[in-house]
Amino acid sequence: MSAPAEILAESTPEPDYLSVESGIWSWLNTRDHKRIGVMFLATVTAMFLIGGCFALAMRTELLTPNRTIMDAMTYDRMFTLHGVTMVWLFLVPSIPASFGNFLLPLQIGARDLAFPKLNLMSFYTFVLGAVITFGGMMVGGTDTGWTFYAPYADSTPTDVVPVVVGIFILGMSSIFSGINFIATTHLMRARGLRWGNMPLFVWTIYATSVIMVLATPVLGMALALVGLDHALRLGIFDPAVGGDPVLFQHIFWFYSHPAVYIMILPGMGVISEVVTTFAHRRLSSYVAVAVSTLGIAFVGFLTWGHHMFVSGMSTFDAGVFGVMSMFVAIFSAIKVFTWTGTLYRGQILVRTPLIYFFGFLFLFVFGGMTGVALATQSLDVHWTDTYFVVAHFHFVMVGGSVTAFLAAAHLWFPKMFGRVYNERMGMLTATAVFIGFVLTFFPQFLLGNMGMPRRYYSYPPRFQFLHVLSTGGAWLLGGAVLLAIGNLVVALRWGARASANPWHSRGFEWLTPSPPPKHNFPVTPQLDFSPYDYSMTEEEARARAGAR
Amino acid sequence: MNLGLGPSRQAAVNELFRRVLFLPPQSSTMASEIDHLHYFVIATTIAGASMVGLLALYWVLKYRVREGLAPRSDPAPTSPAWLELMLAGSLLGLFCLWWLIGYMQYVRLRVSPKNTLDVYVTGKQWMWKFAYPDGQSSVASLYVPTGRPIRVLLTSRDVIHSFFVPDFRIKQDALPGRYTTAWFEVPEPGTHQVLCAEFCGTGHSVMRGQVVALDPSDYARWLAAGNSDRVVGSLGEDPRAPLGQVGGPSLAGPTNVEGASEEDFPPAQLVNLVRVGTQAAAQQGCLRCHTLDGTPHIGPTWAGLYLGRVPLTTGEVVTADEAYLTESMMDPLAKVHAGYAPVMPSYHGLLSPGETAAIVELIKDLRDVPGRTEPPAERTAEGPPPAAGAIGRAPQERPALPLRQAPGQGPMPPAVEQGLPPPGLQPNPPPVGTIEIAGPNGTRRTVPSAIPVQESKP
Repeated sequence: MSAPAEILAESTPEPDYLSVESGIWSWLNTRDHKRIGVMFLATVTAMFLIGGCFALAMRTELLTPNRTIMDAMTYDRMFTLHGVTMVWLFLVPSIPASFGNFLLPLQIGARDLAFPKLNLMSFYTFVLGAVITFGGMMVGGTDTGWTFYAPYADSTPTDVVPVVVGIFILGMSSIFSGINFIATTHLMRARGLRWGNMPLFVWTIYATSVIMVLATPVLGMALALVGLDHALRLGIFDPAVGGDPVLFQHIFWFYSHPAVYIMILPGMGVISEVVTTFAHRRLSSYVAVAVSTLGIAFVGFLTWGHHMFVSGMSTFDAGVFGVMSMFVAIFSAIKVFTWTGTLYRGQILVRTPLIYFFGFLFLFVFGGMTGVALATQSLDVHWTDTYFVVAHFHFVMVGGSVTAFLAAAHLWFPKMFGRVYNERMGMLTATAVFIGFVLTFFPQFLLGNMGMPRRYYSYPPRFQFLHVLSTGGAWLLGGAVLLAIGNLVVALRWGARASANPWHSRGFEWLTPSPPPKHNFPVTPQLDFSPYDYSMTEEEARARAGAR
Repeated sequence: MNLGLGPSRQAAVNELFRRVLFLPPQSSTMASEIDHLHYFVIATTIAGASMVGLLALYWVLKYRVREGLAPRSDPAPTSPAWLELMLAGSLLGLFCLWWLIGYMQYVRLRVSPKNTLDVYVTGKQWMWKFAYPDGQSSVASLYVPTGRPIRVLLTSRDVIHSFFVPDFRIKQDALPGRYTTAWFEVPEPGTHQVLCAEFCGTGHSVMRGQVVALDPSDYARWLAAGNSDRVVGSLGEDPRAPLGQVGGPSLAGPTNVEGASEEDFPPAQLVNLVRVGTQAAAQQGCLRCHTLDGTPHIGPTWAGLYLGRVPLTTGEVVTADEAYLTESMMDPLAKVHAGYAPVMPSYHGLLSPGETAAIVELIKDLRDVPGRTEPPAERTAEGPPPAAGAIGRAPQERPALPLRQAPGQGPMPPAVEQGLPPPGLQPNPPPVGTIEIAGPNGTRRTVPSAIPVQESKP
């Protein structure tokens, strides 16, 4: 029984993807989805740290009601830099482009993505877009916020065009990756792998890709129009020359609300993998998670108007958008029930990713429920454009997506690099991330209740106490994230060698050695069983995958 | 939210929740009702998140294994479909209940009752301007009577702003080129901060103001004071003024009303540029050649002129914006309206910056008066919003047009930026003739008329 397992796992003749070739060029010119995934991971992590520095600068400025360390113009540029960096350079590509790239072929038993060259092109398109976006923001100093609301974006004295060009290019990168993932999922699944047995991470990457391909062109359109409006006074959105300022918001949110699901769905996939791996049992309902993933992707397209309840839209439209928003929340709630239920009668191994799972569960439920609260229209009138909204989406985006990103980094670190990180340090930093996060963003809910508007450089002194708390939390959060990432970076070099499957997961990606050989599987595996079936032993699973 | 408590207990519970949630005072008639829904929603949210978190924690502690995972003998239980459906269904029911209550409140917030007192609100970078139907206007401070629904008709001159009064739980975007409405009723006298909630540029965070709710008798006194042509203090028209201060420590300008009571803010910023402009135009002789009612005369009529397309003698066409109007006063022969003789003298040095601004404002005010011969009285019958005649019209339908066309200019003519106003602008000799026009609420007002001026000796 153990002989085929050895054939598949231990005695593979091919060297792993990290050591098969060496030299910078072998990385820069690679078509290997794993190497491209690692390059994406390094890039988006750098973006995350840069965006975090902008956030800390902003939080420091907000320590006092008036000037602390920067002037108003710099502050406006800072929140634009923070928003643009975090949304388009980190959150959108974060999990799909790095972990999705690395793991999607492994989890469906494929040797690579369907279009390896397109994959590399996606990476370089991303780098080009990032350079243009950053360059544009540094030189032109855009101050519109990441939402580019017209007609302010038409008339701002700062330069908008390079930034929208950069984001346009970043959108192309998203679309390339999305097409690649969709094609791979459809065409390259291993023999026997039905849709009903696909790993849930693959389901979420698939749903995310569908949103990327459908919604990103609309973003490109909105940004192209606002760029043209700014540069040529075309008059699409500027009423001074006959345009409609609210039209921009409709087009922008038509993309940007689904984009929220681009950011959170892959995180949900990661969480599904974490909870089954560490509870060592199958999900309490696979169908519920898979179906709700598709439900979010679909209904998410019908809720954009809830960003605009005070923009003057008709009360009827507002009512429709409100009730659709309630429906989209239900799909997330179903997932939460399923994850929690999966802990019941499990064999639970408490490790760092599970600590992140806990943080995710609490923060995502709270963030999601406050989202439902925001869709409750009379309450939204008071809350919209205040710190309540800021707190809400940071609970979902940081408490949800970033926590999931860190969980993924810890869960798959041994898979990707064949080493283990310091577990004690990992658990400690995960806890610190949670505490720092709550301290940063919980006071912001109260600030929003008090009526503190977003994007305020100076504020009435009655808000100061909560701002100071929030800034303190931000520094703690920043330090904790830095330590967590540092722990992994240290382990890259000095970590102990990992076994092929240190968490004893049944996920298909763990059937190969860690780190995987260049072509993933020496023999195309036969995956006609569930990746969550813990009634099999590891050896049985390997044997079943490797046996013809 | 009647919990079966007596009114005083209920008030105490309300006050407790309000303080715990850091909510501002409930100063409008809708505020406490909205807050009750808030308590319900937030309490459920906290309970839900805690229950999920605690249940997860309990199961982890219960089913935790330290080492040695045993292969499972069974494939682990799944949650039955009926349980998932029941949980999802009951949660959806709860969400829909929130939506229903919230939607009904939202409709009431959006649809103003009958018999409101209307105030026109214009946002611009970075100030709020309030115009009252009977002619006054004020900057930064909105004076309203208590016990009466107030409807604000919002527009913007440049970018999107948002009129936010936390104490009233209302917020409404002010959009350039169209107008939106919001309403509130304040039961008690007091001062309530107005904030701009939509990012509108460098001065966004100092674009503050206040709603001063006055007892109806005080409000009547305030109105009367406003009617006496009092022009006090700064016109507040210089849109660049806050910019110079932004970034410095002295952000607390007159619009920062933190902790202020209404006594700290006497109605000192009353301005009525249109009235001042009418007087200046009569005094300086403008009305000998230009009419206010659309009648053609020696010069082009001012009615409907603002932002109109002006054909020039050179064959070009320009837009009659603030820059063009100012230029035509200072250097009239630079761009002469086709069909008119180049006879106008320059008023450079004759008109003070304040008078120039006031005349521009008068012309802007006449924008919606049709520029052809037509008795002014008939215009009162025109459709919504109530055609308030020429003078004192609020700017609700003006597409807000900053002077972006003018290179290097802000939204105001250069004269205004040089400092405003001449403080001692005295009431003039009474106008030679007057006309009566209709105000929006059926009031009739008397304004100087152009016609008798034309008849007087040149």
